[in-house]
Amino acid sequence: MRRERAPIWIAILAAIGAAFFVVPLVGLVVRTPWGDALQALTSTDTLQALKLSLIASLSSTALSLVLGVPLAWVYARIDFPGRTVLRALTTLPMVLPPVVGGIALLLAFGRRGLLGSWLDAAFGITLPFTTAGVVFAETFVTMPFLVLTVQAGLRSLDRRYEDAARTLGARRWTVFTRVTLPLIAPSLFAGAVLCWARALGEFGATITFAGNFPGVTQTMPLAVYLLLETNPEGSFILSLLLLLVSLAVLVGLRHRWLGSA
Amino acid sequence: MSLDVEVRTALGALRLEMKVQIEEGEVVALLGPNGAGKTTLLRAIAGLVPIQSGRVELDGQTLEEPATGRYIPTEQRSIGFVFQDYLLFPHLSVLDNVAFGLRARGASRSEAGRRAMGWIERVGLENRAGSKPAELSGGERQRVALARALAPDPRVLLLDEPLAALDATTRVAVRRDLKMHLASFSGVRLLVTHDPLEAATVADRLIVMEEGKHVQTGTPVEVTEHPRSRYVADLVGVNLYRGQADHGSVLMPGGQVLAAAGAEAGEVFAVIHPRAVSVHRAKPEGSPRNVWHGRAHGVELYGDRARVMIKGEAPIVAEVTPAALAELKLADGGDVWLSFKATDVSVYPA
Repeated sequence: MRRERAPIWIAILAAIGAAFFVVPLVGLVVRTPWGDALQALTSTDTLQALKLSLIASLSSTALSLVLGVPLAWVYARIDFPGRTVLRALTTLPMVLPPVVGGIALLLAFGRRGLLGSWLDAAFGITLPFTTAGVVFAETFVTMPFLVLTVQAGLRSLDRRYEDAARTLGARRWTVFTRVTLPLIAPSLFAGAVLCWARALGEFGATITFAGNFPGVTQTMPLAVYLLLETNPEGSFILSLLLLLVSLAVLVGLRHRWLGSA
Repeated sequence: MSLDVEVRTALGALRLEMKVQIEEGEVVALLGPNGAGKTTLLRAIAGLVPIQSGRVELDGQTLEEPATGRYIPTEQRSIGFVFQDYLLFPHLSVLDNVAFGLRARGASRSEAGRRAMGWIERVGLENRAGSKPAELSGGERQRVALARALAPDPRVLLLDEPLAALDATTRVAVRRDLKMHLASFSGVRLLVTHDPLEAATVADRLIVMEEGKHVQTGTPVEVTEHPRSRYVADLVGVNLYRGQADHGSVLMPGGQVLAAAGAEAGEVFAVIHPRAVSVHRAKPEGSPRNVWHGRAHGVELYGDRARVMIKGEAPIVAEVTPAALAELKLADGGDVWLSFKATDVSVYPA
């Protein structure tokens, strides 16, 4: 690569830009009371929140995969009227304030919501303020990330591999499971990880739709926020834990997002 | 066993209109320039692109006929396809690639593995069975692609430019192997190529197509001796003209007259080999009946010969030795005279 010197103003602004990210993270590490860390991490409340966060985020990733991959396939392959509008609607949660998403979920699946009242009357199922509600809220916010990633993977796939499979006698479903899915595995993996990381940090839609009940709907981000008022040091420790998880994800995906450099 | 195809379809700017009939045991090469629609024709036979009208028939069984709404999907046609860049599944080993078709058609894992291994041995890759396609050389990939297409025991084998992805050194060896493997398969074999040498080595019969249309059919010798289009004439490296024969001469559309010993009557093609054309700086006086005036405007070297492009009464290419090229200063261009005998003009009906 050519050696190039940055103009002074670019160098200064870039340094401020970098500091904007580095300083808060350093602050978190420096101010964490390491002495109490072990005790805070092993307290029942923390373990409960951590366990709930893992269960909910993994469940919502699984749900996103089961529903999102077919949705991405349809978007990438089938031309139907209203596709653009539908695609815009299912992408909206990416840019929608999560609180608004939570309220929309309440209006749909709440006890008196569009589908919720029917679910309650017919099956006695209520979603709000349950762990299932947490999974719903997280899936609502994160599935678009998976759909977009998988859709991009499908579009860049050389479809002649599927043709080759068909000339060998493979039916559509076999082509999909034995050729298409393995060939888009990198996109599938990246989409799932992105989806899971986003679900782990979900706050707004969760607290709006599912509430904040320890052991039932109180995930890690909710616990951190609550602790900040009563026990700031404890919230620092939990924040650091979430930071480490995010860092691990980033390191795991470094080739994809940071380039090989 | 025979393959009967009559296809009319449009794809982008291409209008494909072809009729092809291939008998059992025949190896036929589709020859034509890029964009002639060769690959599209293969894909239509395999059912990968829909045809607008016509019919695809194998052994009397109709595979596709828009008029009656009949369409047998690709996966149910007994057709093996070797794609231009092979399209081996990158996530599967050589063995699993070859076994893919057997598995898809319902063979058990062990049965498919056993039969696939037999095919891998036939193409001489038994020590590569566990490798991924990315670890193979170009020639090895070509053999895996062939084994994969043949393993499900198809009745038709379609090959799209099977040697195009190889470098010149490997191509010679792979072409020989391909000819051998094609010979051991008894069904209908149709191969697409734009390389006349490949077509002539491997095929019993050539079908030349240009711009989606049929141009010429015949054995390699018939086609190279009697080209019927500019494309084939250029491939073979001869001068081709078309005109009206009139007992000893051919009248070309531009008004030029070509003295040709064999010319009788009717619309004809006339071929003159560049070797037969002599080049002079002054007007020659002698026995050759054809003496043209023109301007040299380009030189290409072919081994120990040089080919001079001349714009004259009609464009013509002459072949001279490098010594003559230097002595006559032909590389500088300028006015030239050229001559060739009436007996060196080969004439055949158009």
